[in-house]
Amino acid sequence: MSITINHLTHIYNAGTTFEKKALDDVSLEIQDGEFIGLIGHTGSGKSTLIQHLNGLVAPTSGEILLNGENIHQDKNRLKEVRRRVGLVFQYPEHQLFEMTVYKDVAFGPTNLKFSEDKIRKNTISALEAVGLGEEYYDQSPFDLSGGQKRRTAIAGILAMEPEVLILDEPTAGLDPKGREEILSLIQEMHQKRKMTVILVSHSMEDVAKMAERIVVMHQGKVVMNGTPKEIFSCVEELEKMGLAAPQVSYVVRALREKGFPISPDIFTVEEAKNALLALLPHNS
Amino acid sequence: MKMVTAENVCYTYWKTVEQADGTSAQKEVNALCGVSLSIEKGSFTAILGHNGSGKSTFAKQINALLIPTEGTIWVDGMCTSEAGMLWEIRKKAGMVFQNPDNQLVATVVEEDVAFGPENLGMPPADIRKTVEDSLLRVGMTEYAKAAPSHLSGGQKQRIAIAGILAMKPDCIVLDEPTAMLDPGGRKEVMETLHRLNKQEGITIVLITHYMEEAVQADQVFVMDDGKLVLSGMPKEVFSQVKRLKGYGLDVPQVTELADALRQEGVDLPADILTVEEMVGALCRLQSTI
Repeated sequence: MSITINHLTHIYNAGTTFEKKALDDVSLEIQDGEFIGLIGHTGSGKSTLIQHLNGLVAPTSGEILLNGENIHQDKNRLKEVRRRVGLVFQYPEHQLFEMTVYKDVAFGPTNLKFSEDKIRKNTISALEAVGLGEEYYDQSPFDLSGGQKRRTAIAGILAMEPEVLILDEPTAGLDPKGREEILSLIQEMHQKRKMTVILVSHSMEDVAKMAERIVVMHQGKVVMNGTPKEIFSCVEELEKMGLAAPQVSYVVRALREKGFPISPDIFTVEEAKNALLALLPHNS
Repeated sequence: MKMVTAENVCYTYWKTVEQADGTSAQKEVNALCGVSLSIEKGSFTAILGHNGSGKSTFAKQINALLIPTEGTIWVDGMCTSEAGMLWEIRKKAGMVFQNPDNQLVATVVEEDVAFGPENLGMPPADIRKTVEDSLLRVGMTEYAKAAPSHLSGGQKQRIAIAGILAMKPDCIVLDEPTAMLDPGGRKEVMETLHRLNKQEGITIVLITHYMEEAVQADQVFVMDDGKLVLSGMPKEVFSQVKRLKGYGLDVPQVTELADALRQEGVDLPADILTVEEMVGALCRLQSTI
């Protein structure tokens, strides 16, 4: 599903002393099946932007088109928009509430009045997708580990069969293993189910590893938009905005200053390893 | 002098689990098993471990939020299991948690920082001085009259630290204080902690999932399954890349890069932890060609 954002502006508390322009004339085009990394410091407008994409927040001005259709054109169809654009909030495990894992995941499709058969099918397939087997179905979601809870919450979104998956900091507060589990789950949704993915993250390493394109927000505006290679070769600009590049980018930059003939757009461990092996003496 | 000494600390609790037939049963959970360690006064200690490894449970032992079910823990010589020492211990060792929104209580920054000393019954004139002083130490003086809800994550977390400083602790225990922050906020908080440690000699115990933060500590403890499995200086701990990954942990990207290059036969030292060290080692290698 393609997403087009045209001149989107959002002002919170308009007309009061707390008036704040959270989004300032944002225009953005996201193709069907793309994997976008959305970065920006706290308060840069990322969360406000993604809440517009499934109609949770309405624009002050501008429009959002899904497959060419304005989502606010027909208010009766907003429910359908919210099904097709799955939004996983920050700390989604705080929204778990049912007695069992199975019931929690089945809540969304049940609410959408899917048939009994489809509810069961979707619930089971969503739980399978996040790697929670039958032994978890009857457990209380509150007895699970942090990473498992979060996967249960994501399964609740997947069970509604969204075409776009938007995740707001899905790895915050998880340990490296839990992070890895969630990231490979997202990668799989993108590759196998061909879902359009928008990943909001403070972890530059995660975004570097996953995204095909990176959008950088600052003070309510989209200030950079390009491939990871393009974005992470601009270390200075990122730092000025309270962001950073993956650690490898800093090594590469320092090596270039010392005269190493190494390409400035390297930012992963694997790439750096290969580039350095070509330059350094080694015996294998 | 030791700030914290743990001797064979165990912590066991009973958890109610629902069984398949609908009845509930009690299950024993050993969150800590035989942890012995010591933390020097004025040092900066990092504790690592995956979720559920027992590191938060251990942190809560330091300010007596939890008491060992076996073994003993002393905080500046005071035993946490002894009744009557509780408030002295909590004044000595303050605690900061992961989510700043869950620990700020007032609607104005300076009132929030004043909450601790007010509770301790400090005279009003002293409270005012302490609050001003605490905000200055975390670099948030200009926000004294602001509403916490209008601050960034990094700023909120520094207010939470100021609230602890106002109670004049000798030791601050922080449980993943940067987990919810953006890179800029993370840097602000880490710089504040290092300044408090270096300039004022406050003992810092930092629980974190970010290996880059642990690298800057004086000593690192790694926990797994309720046990202390690895300890030492960052260089000693992080050179064991395979072992750390086995505990579900990561190493900094540069350490991983150095390790990958070493496996290909590049002659690099095993204890590279920072960008500077990596660049230095590569330059030395280059100059030998």
